[in-house]
Amino acid sequence: MKKLLLLSVVTLVGLIFIGRMIYLQVILSDQLQLEAENNSVKTIYDYPERGFIYDRNGELMVANQVAYDVMVIPKETGDTDLSKLSQLLKIEESRLKKKLETARKWSTKQASVIVPQLTQEEYAPLQEQLRKFPGFYIQRRSLRKYLVDHSASVLGYIREVNQSTIKKDDYYVQGDLAGKSGIESQYEKELRGQKGFKKYTRDHYGRAIESYKNGINDVAPVAGTDLTVTLDKELQEYAEQLMINKRGGIVAIEPKTGEILTLVTAPNYDPSLLMGRDRSKNINIILRDTVRTPDLNRVLQGQYAPGSPFKVINALVALQEGVVKPQERFSCNHGYNYGGKKKLGCHAHSSPLAMNRGIAESCNAYFAQIYRRIIEKGSTSSKGMDVWHDHVTSFGLGDYLGYDLPVGQPGRIPDGDYYTSRYKYKWYAPTTISNAIGQGEVAVTPIQLANMTAAIANRGYFYTPHIIKKMNGEAIDNPKYTKKNYTTIDAKHFEPVIEGMNDVYKSGTAKYVQIPDIEICGKTGTVENFARINGEKKQLTDHSVFIAFAPKDDPKIAIAVFIENGYWGSRYAAKIASLLVEKHIKGKITRTDLENYLMTHSLEYEYAKRLSDKPFKINEAVDKGRISKDKEADLNKLYDSLSLQILN
Amino acid sequence: MAIGDKPKYDIASIGIYLSLVIIGLLSIYSAAPVEKYTTITDINQVYGKQFLFIGVCAVLIIVILAVEVKFYERFAGLIYIVSLLSLVGLFLFGKEVNGAISWYPIGSFTFQPSEFAKFATALAVAKFLSQLNVSLKNVRDFMIVAGIIALPALLIVPQPDPGSALVYSAFFFALHREGLSLWYLSLGVIALGLFLGTLIINIGWIILIIIVVISIMYLLSRKRKHNKRLPKPRVYLYVIAAIICIAYTFSSSYIFNNLLEDRHRNRIDIVLGRVQDDRGIGYNINQSMIAIGNGGWTGKSLDEATQTRGGYVPEQHTDFIFSAIGEVSGLVGTLATILLFMFLIYRIIIMAERQRNQFARIYGYGVAGIFFLHFFVNVGMVIGLLPTVGIPLPFMSYGGSGLMGFTILLFIFIKLDAHRMSYEH
Repeated sequence: MKKLLLLSVVTLVGLIFIGRMIYLQVILSDQLQLEAENNSVKTIYDYPERGFIYDRNGELMVANQVAYDVMVIPKETGDTDLSKLSQLLKIEESRLKKKLETARKWSTKQASVIVPQLTQEEYAPLQEQLRKFPGFYIQRRSLRKYLVDHSASVLGYIREVNQSTIKKDDYYVQGDLAGKSGIESQYEKELRGQKGFKKYTRDHYGRAIESYKNGINDVAPVAGTDLTVTLDKELQEYAEQLMINKRGGIVAIEPKTGEILTLVTAPNYDPSLLMGRDRSKNINIILRDTVRTPDLNRVLQGQYAPGSPFKVINALVALQEGVVKPQERFSCNHGYNYGGKKKLGCHAHSSPLAMNRGIAESCNAYFAQIYRRIIEKGSTSSKGMDVWHDHVTSFGLGDYLGYDLPVGQPGRIPDGDYYTSRYKYKWYAPTTISNAIGQGEVAVTPIQLANMTAAIANRGYFYTPHIIKKMNGEAIDNPKYTKKNYTTIDAKHFEPVIEGMNDVYKSGTAKYVQIPDIEICGKTGTVENFARINGEKKQLTDHSVFIAFAPKDDPKIAIAVFIENGYWGSRYAAKIASLLVEKHIKGKITRTDLENYLMTHSLEYEYAKRLSDKPFKINEAVDKGRISKDKEADLNKLYDSLSLQILN
Repeated sequence: MAIGDKPKYDIASIGIYLSLVIIGLLSIYSAAPVEKYTTITDINQVYGKQFLFIGVCAVLIIVILAVEVKFYERFAGLIYIVSLLSLVGLFLFGKEVNGAISWYPIGSFTFQPSEFAKFATALAVAKFLSQLNVSLKNVRDFMIVAGIIALPALLIVPQPDPGSALVYSAFFFALHREGLSLWYLSLGVIALGLFLGTLIINIGWIILIIIVVISIMYLLSRKRKHNKRLPKPRVYLYVIAAIICIAYTFSSSYIFNNLLEDRHRNRIDIVLGRVQDDRGIGYNINQSMIAIGNGGWTGKSLDEATQTRGGYVPEQHTDFIFSAIGEVSGLVGTLATILLFMFLIYRIIIMAERQRNQFARIYGYGVAGIFFLHFFVNVGMVIGLLPTVGIPLPFMSYGGSGLMGFTILLFIFIKLDAHRMSYEH
C-alpha cells in the first residue's frame, strides 16, 4: 500500500491533466482560437465615402465633409508634455488633463477622442507636430455635409450605431455610422457602400507587427451609391418656408410616375444641427421635444380624419355602384336629418344641388344621402359596408402604402366586421354616417391623401409613391414603382367628380385662391378634432386640409396639405397648395398676396391654447395669427418654460 | 567497490531527461520575447542563455557521475548546512527581482539558492532517516525530520516565495514510504477541503455537513462489529472531532478574509470562480489558456502562434512555458510532455524500489515527490486548475539555477542507482 500512494497520485493527476488538455485543445479550441484572434489580430477598417444625395434636377443636397479627430491610446503615451500639447491642440492645459484622465478611466488600451471634428485647416499643422507625442494620433472621419437647410425629416440623419444594431447586423462595429431615419436609413445599404478592412497581427501592446496571413483575408472597400431622389429641392425649400410657424405637412406627388416631389413635415429643423460638435445638445432639443414633436413625421405617421376631401371618394364610389346620377339633385336644409339626435349640419348654400355643386360647396347633406345609398345597396349594412370598403381601399387608403421611407401608419377604413364587432345590436347606414364626410372612423395619413389625389388625377390608377429616382445616375427599374395600381372605379366616373373639383376653384370653397392660367382641381377640408387635456376631452380648432391636382387635363402635380388647427380649408391649406402648384408649374409666384399672408401668420397662438391651462375659444372667425413682436415674445416665454421641463 | 563492477546508468530516465530539456529549449526559443530571431546560441537572448545552462549542466552531470558514490551520503549533512547558510545569506546579500529577494547577483547572471536547497534537503532527510536507530514512529525522530524539511521552507517563505516553500510538502511521499501514516495526508486533505469549502459555499452549510458526516460515522461505528484493536467508539470523541472541525472552519475563513494578503486571496478566488477577472490577476491564466487552446491538435507555426509571439502570456518562457508548448505543438506536444513527466516519476519510483539501501530509496522518493509537486502545481496553474503559484516546470522553464538544481537532483539519484548492486551500508 505504501508503495502505491505516489504512483496512484501521479496517475490520477496525469489523467486529469490529459483530460483538461483534450478539453482545452480539442473541445474548447475553436472558441479559444477565436479569442486568440481577437487578441492578436487588429482589424483596421477602410471606410468608403458615403453616397451623395441629389434632388430630381441633379442638384446636390447632401455630400460629405472630412473631419479630423485627435485620438489617444492612454497606454501608449509616455510622459506627455502637457503644456506643449495643449498649445498645439489649442485647448487649456487643465481641460486637456481632464480629458486624458477621462480617456484613461474608460480604457487604457482603446482609443478615445480628445479633440473631435477638426477642420482641414486646423488639422494641417497638427499632422507633423503630433508625431512627437506617442499615443496620440489623428483619425479621419467622414461627416455629412448638408447643402440645404431644410428637409431634415425626409433626408434623415446618420449617427453612431448602438449596441442593438451591432447585435442584429454583424456588418457594424462600435463607432460605425449608420442612417437613422428618412432616406439615410431607408437606403443605408446603398449609401454606405461596403467597408473594407486590413488585418494585422499585433503584440500585447497593441502595436501592429505584420500583415495577417499576408493579407489574404483583406477586403477592399466598395464605394457608396449616389442617390438621386424624386424631391424637388426648390419646391421643398419653398414648402418648408410656407410651413414656418405651423404644424402639419405637405406631400406633393407627380401623378404620372408616383414620384414624391415634396414631402414636408412641420415643425422642421436644419439637418446640420444633428451633426458636428453641438450634436448631442441639439438632439436633446429637437428629438426630445414632446410639445412640438419635430421628430414625428406628420405626413407619414400622422393619422387624421381626412374631412371633406374624402367626399370625392364617396362620390366616385356612388357613381361606380350606380346609386346616383351626376345630375340627380338633393336638397339641403342646413344639414341632413338621418334619424339621430342631431342632424348632420351644413353651412349656407343654394339647395337643392347635384354632384357638381355638392362637391364645390362641400355639402354635407348631399354626401350623407349618397353614402347612405351605397351602404344600403347591400343586402345588409355589413355587406354594403364591405363593398364601400373595397372601393375606398383601392385608392391606397387604410393600409401601408409601400413607399420607400422607413416610417408610416396604415390609417383606417372600416369594413362591415369593424362595426359588427363594435356594436352589440344591429347597425345601419346612419350609424356610420360620419364616414360620408370624412369624419368618424376613417383615418388617413397625409401621404395617403396625396396619393388618393394622384389616383383621381390619373382617372383611376396610381403608382406607389416613392422617393428614389436614380442610383449612381441610373434610373431605378423596381417594378414596385413602375406598375400601375388600378382603383376599382371606372375611368368614366372620374369626369363629373373632377369637374366638381374644378368648380371648387372656379366658384366653390376655394375660389379666392385661384391661380391665373392654371386649371386646378381641388377639395377643401375642415376637420373636427379633439384632444385630451388634463384627462378631459376637448374640441380644438379644426384642421385646415386641402387636396389638389393640376393642370386638370394633364396633371403634373397632386398635392395634399394638412395644417393642424388652421380652421377652414381655404384659410391655410388651400393657400399653401395653390402657391406650391403655381411654383411647380410656372416656376414663379404671381399670387404674392397669398404668400404674404402665409409668411406673416403664425398658428403658434393656436397651439399654445391647449398648453395654457386656461379655458379657450376655438374656431375663431378672425385669424389672430398675424405675427407681431409682443406675441412672439410671449410665445417664446411659454416655450422656454416648456423646453426647460423637457431638458430636465 | 568490487572489482569489475561497472556502474549501470539508467538509460530510460536519462532519455526522458534529455527529451524534456530539448523540448524545453525549443519552447523557450518560440516564447522568447524578441522581435527578430537570432541563432539559438545567441548568448544575449534567453534561448542562448538556456543553451549555455544546458552546457553547464552537461559538465555538472559528468562531475556528479565521476564523484565517488559514497560522497553524497557522507557529506549530506554538510551540503544541507551550506544550502541553509546560502538561504540565510540572502537576507544580507540578496538581490531583489520582481519584489522577491531570492537571488544572488553573479556578474550578469543570478543564482537562486532555493533551487539547490531541494536536493540538499533530500540528501539530509535520506541520511537522517536511513540511520539504523531512527524510526518515524518515534516522536522525537519525527520532529527532527519535520524540522529538517521545514527549516529551508521557513527560510524561503519570507523571501517571499511561498511557491518554492510549498515544494517541501513533497517529502510527505518519502516519509509515507518509510512508514508515516496516511492519516497525516488525510488530515491535510480534510483541512484543505474544509478551507476551500468555506470559500465556495456558505459556512453554515459546511458546519451542517460536518455534523451530518460525523453523526453518520458515529452511527455506522456502533453497528459495525467491534474491532478489538481499536479503542471503543465513544460519543465524546466524535463530539470533539466535530468541534475541532467547526473551529478550524471558522478560523480558516477568518485567516483567509483577514490575514491573507490581497494578491494571494485574489489568486485563490479566481481559480475557485468566485470572481471573474480576465484583465487583472486572472489575465495570466486566461491568456495562458487561450494560448493552449489556440494550439489545437497539432499546434501552430511560429507565424500563427499569435499568443506566444505577441507576448500575451506573461512570464511565458519561465513559469508559463507549458502554454508555449501548448500553442506551438498542440495536443501532441502537451500530451507528450505530460506523459514524459509521468514516465519519469514512475521510473524514479521503480528505481527507488529496487534500491538495496535505505538512503538511496528515501532520496529517490524525495526526488520523485519533488518532480511530482512541481509538475502538478506548475501545469495545474498554467492550464487553469490551480491558483497562480510561481514555481518552474522542471527541465523546461527558463532559468539556470532551476535547470541545474533539478539536474543535480536527478543525476545524484541516477548515480546512486547505477551503483545499487555494490553500494550498501
